[in-house]
Amino acid sequence: MDTRSVKTAPPRDLGRDELAAAVEWYGKMVLVRRFEEEAEREFRRGKIGGYLHVYSGQEAVAAGFLSAIRPDDIFFTAYRDHAHALFRGAAPGAVMAELFGKATGLAKGKGGSMHLFDVARGFYGGYGIVGGHIPLATGAAFALRYQQADRICLCFLGDGAMNSGSFHEPANLAGLWGKQGLCPIVYIVENNQYAMGTPVDRSSAVTNLASRFSTYGIENERADGMDFIEVRRLAGRAVRRVRETGRPYAVELLTYRFAGHGAADLFQPYRTKDEIAQARQRDPITLLEDLLRATGALSDGEVKRARADAERVVTDAVRFAEESPPPAPEELYRDIYGADG
Amino acid sequence: MAELTYRDALRSALIEEMDHDRRVILIGEDIGVYQGTFRVTADLLQRYGPTRVIDTPISELGFVGAAIGMAMLGLRPVVEVMTWNFSLLAMDQIVNNAAKLRYFSGGQVNVPLVIRGPNGAGVQLSAQHSQSLEATYAHFPGLYVVAPATPAEAKGLLRTAIRSQDPVIFLENAALYGLKGEVPDSDFALPFGKAAVVRNGRDATVIAYSRMVHAAVAAAEQLAGEGTEAEVISLRSLRPLDMATVVESVARTHRAVVVQEQWKPFGAAAEIAMRIYEEAFDQLDSPVERVTGADVPMPYARTLEARAVPHEADIVAAVKKTLGKQ
Ligand SMILES: Cc1ncc(C[n+]2csc(CCOP(=O)(O)OP(=O)(O)O)c2C)c(N)n1
Ligand SMILES: [Mg+2]
Repeated sequence: MDTRSVKTAPPRDLGRDELAAAVEWYGKMVLVRRFEEEAEREFRRGKIGGYLHVYSGQEAVAAGFLSAIRPDDIFFTAYRDHAHALFRGAAPGAVMAELFGKATGLAKGKGGSMHLFDVARGFYGGYGIVGGHIPLATGAAFALRYQQADRICLCFLGDGAMNSGSFHEPANLAGLWGKQGLCPIVYIVENNQYAMGTPVDRSSAVTNLASRFSTYGIENERADGMDFIEVRRLAGRAVRRVRETGRPYAVELLTYRFAGHGAADLFQPYRTKDEIAQARQRDPITLLEDLLRATGALSDGEVKRARADAERVVTDAVRFAEESPPPAPEELYRDIYGADG
Repeated sequence: MAELTYRDALRSALIEEMDHDRRVILIGEDIGVYQGTFRVTADLLQRYGPTRVIDTPISELGFVGAAIGMAMLGLRPVVEVMTWNFSLLAMDQIVNNAAKLRYFSGGQVNVPLVIRGPNGAGVQLSAQHSQSLEATYAHFPGLYVVAPATPAEAKGLLRTAIRSQDPVIFLENAALYGLKGEVPDSDFALPFGKAAVVRNGRDATVIAYSRMVHAAVAAAEQLAGEGTEAEVISLRSLRPLDMATVVESVARTHRAVVVQEQWKPFGAAAEIAMRIYEEAFDQLDSPVERVTGADVPMPYARTLEARAVPHEADIVAAVKKTLGKQ
């Protein structure tokens, strides 16, 4: 299944709540897209250093899942993490300030783009070693159930991450622990077709990535990751089931990264302009917008307003980041050990 | 006071902490049904059940990483690595996650995790199973590294480790598990970063940790017969390193010998010796001596292996050298 060949969104009956949520999340997706465009611009202006990996094209994946979990649920992801923080409600100013390396950033300017954290909102981070967060999320899911909570954990990961040992070992543990109802986790593979410049068919001997979870006794499915409504429905089912059973579940969502791998990936020799243009035909934000317009839930005026709101929020975030102070010099030696250290 | 083996001292610390804190759980290969490769966890599966004593598949990366995730969510996992050699498969998790999470999250999470198991040479275990990794781990900010020498140190340090807010590399030693010693009763804990003077002496200071403390004490006894009184320090923890105790001793003896089982280049003794130069240079009457393992992969043959690890006689010779008595 190739998302680029799916032409029209299937007709569907949207409930009232579902429509309301879709309109709300449409606004968030517009904001995230605008935020990422601005981050790329600030990188070029030299305001953001290091690596910068933007999420444009994949919004429906994180939005679909994060709109389907409870406030006390938790999640982990890799370094392409700005959207996850923003969707969960982190202040855009604090996210931008982190990218700018400022004291007011989510992680006090000590983590940067790859290490966003907002633990108060259940966001347990942003990780830069590909696959390295998968064991953490798996153990965290165990801990939730050990504490007798019915909270669940989401673990977002890339197609490339599935080829590392740090995927396979915890996946097996999750399969084992799930048999005792002790591993309430949903693994969400964001298959954006590439790991840097390596496409899935050159990195994975089996290209149906969802099916690879079967090896570890983890039930799984594969779906279109460009369609917010479909992702959100699927997420609702997956999350409910994991919460009820304490067993892991896996989802592969087919999506596409519109921008380069990172801000330094300028020439993208591994794919053609045509391929990108074709993928953009199924922009998840446009798809949702079209659907909502067709149902009458979104007017031209509201679309305009969503864009203007995003513009204003992002402008404010940049100003906040610019005006914030850098971390105090003493911060260099803080947060290495706790009070007992 | 009770007389316990090093093994039972560790085991009793686990039991007492598990009894008083449900957040403490044990994870590792063959720690439950098999009872633990060195029987440190014997009978604990029966006592606490399979959700608190978790037998894992052979997935060091996976279960160490999972334990870090559990610790982030407030549990206090104690992971057993069958030997520290196997921790190399989990090194990314230890170094890139456990050690740094508090920092790169800006203080939003911490990792109260203990990883424990035997470190160093056994008997004829050859190249892959005889390594001493203390300097490797002590290199990384964010980790604690401790290496108890006696049953009392084992119990007191493990207690502190389990109650710590940050990850602890807990280095045991296979040759010590059967060693007996007095262990204080009840709520006994030893702080990290506090070394112990285990033998007093005025002529030279011998600084060691883990099994080498015993070689150092034996060397000191031998030297005493020849009229030389060596002071012996058990460091107990390498990170943090208690330089105050070391410097105080060297200020009295004016001579220092540092002993380690591991390879000489870039080892713990190099760091400790340099710290003595930095903090007590004026007190020294002779250069600091190092007694270390041979700079080779560990050979199998008993005769070769014996030449590859430091012995009492090497420490005696080093002390004499600092005193100008070759
Ligand atoms: C262990 C490791 N190896 C290599 C890298 C360099 N690297 C960073 S991102 C990346 C590609 C990962 O692709 P994928 O998991 O599909 O995520 P995506 O970037 O597509 O979101 C690579 C190879 C790394 N960060 N970590
Ligand atoms: Mg990818």
